[in-house]
Amino acid sequence: MGKYVCDACGWVYDPAIGDPDHGIAPGTSFADLPDDWTCPECGVGKDSFSKQE
Amino acid sequence: MNSIAKAIKISDKVYWVGAVDWTIRDFHGYRTSRGTTYNAYLIMADKITLIDTVKAPFRDELLSRISSVVNPSEIDYIVSNHAEMDHSGCLPQIIDIVKPEKVFASTMGQKNLEAQLGIGSRITPVKTGDSLSLGNMNLSFIETKMLHWPDSMFTYLKEEQILFSQDAFGMHLAVDKLFDDENVWDVLEEEGEKYFGNILMPYSNLIIKLLDDVGKMNLPIKLVATDHGPIWRTHIGKILELYRKWSEHKPVPRAIVVYDTMWNSTAIMANAVGEGLRETGVEFKILPLSVSHRSDVATEILKSSAIIVGSPTMNNNIFPTIADVLTYLKGLRPSNMIGASFSSYGWSGESLPQMNEYLKSMNVELASEGVRAKYVPSETDLKACFELGKLVGDKLRAKIQ
Ligand SMILES: [Fe+2]
Ligand SMILES: [Fe+2]
Ligand SMILES: [Zn+2]
Repeated sequence: MGKYVCDACGWVYDPAIGDPDHGIAPGTSFADLPDDWTCPECGVGKDSFSKQE
Repeated sequence: MNSIAKAIKISDKVYWVGAVDWTIRDFHGYRTSRGTTYNAYLIMADKITLIDTVKAPFRDELLSRISSVVNPSEIDYIVSNHAEMDHSGCLPQIIDIVKPEKVFASTMGQKNLEAQLGIGSRITPVKTGDSLSLGNMNLSFIETKMLHWPDSMFTYLKEEQILFSQDAFGMHLAVDKLFDDENVWDVLEEEGEKYFGNILMPYSNLIIKLLDDVGKMNLPIKLVATDHGPIWRTHIGKILELYRKWSEHKPVPRAIVVYDTMWNSTAIMANAVGEGLRETGVEFKILPLSVSHRSDVATEILKSSAIIVGSPTMNNNIFPTIADVLTYLKGLRPSNMIGASFSSYGWSGESLPQMNEYLKSMNVELASEGVRAKYVPSETDLKACFELGKLVGDKLRAKIQ
């Protein structure tokens, strides 16, 4: 499961950590995040994330 | 109160109640050569509404302008379009004085106003598509996340077709006349471009998306009321077009040579690079950092598609002014750039590979490994610099065709 970087603010989504503050359990892949999930740091949507190389 | 300033009417029910900062020349590292304004707007609807506030030291100017229209305590609503302190700095005090029924901001705005000013609990969050009745008039909100902060949003006043766009489409320009057509266009274009280059460039992709989204909404817009500089009335089409052009940053035949020098060696090399660029017919500008501010380099990179950087080697490192500008430019994420480096050195010569690494980390496509000259550049070295300029110019031309 890969990490994804927010294009806008640089925050990294790490599937191993998830986003527990917003109900995303550790182990959730980026693809499995709900469509309305947004970057916890800056609020942009999933479509503004890119896979981390 | 230390101000006798009055409001300026900008439409039937809306007044400009902002502040003019004729003094500021350093706006968090951005050289604001012509000062700036912090715009705030008062909507005299049934529910009297204040859009944004000003930087903290200008509180009295804001209150004085409001008081020329209405007693500030009559204000019912405050909308915070942007949580950065040049627009929110006196918001806590204004809330205390006005005691508004409600204060609105985006969801991220609520978070950021809490983090900076501890007033999150006073905020009613709104999101894209939400509307707010002011009795006889209506507001709607469009979140513009990361344009240029997470909290940024637009507010639209339907009845008077005004888009309150916070920092977007703004510029640092202190003016006495509030409308675009009352000012010199060339100055507006220059300062608008500088503002885009220094504040909005990193979010170019989001701007293209926003322009498309707002275009689809088909909102009739009579005025674009920004938070800095003049209000757009006559040149709305032109500024939108420029925003698209600046965001796309398509390759153009223009290059910049940015350098600093210790004993003139790097300066001589920079001029030789320029001569090579000249040979290819590519437009170029040489920016000696002893006389060029980082924020002006940012404007120049927005106008260009190639960057050639030159630095002496000082104690095994690039020269501090070069590190300053490269750090600044990296954060601004210019797209579609090609480039190269050149350096002078006495013994170790690390600055060339260091600059190359920097340019690579900025996604600048390197035209070559660059040129290095020991102590004072020889004629051979200068020819190599000339060839470097020529190579970059030729590659740029090839990229455009
Ligand atoms: Fe801002
Ligand atoms: Fe601002
Ligand atoms: Zn983000």
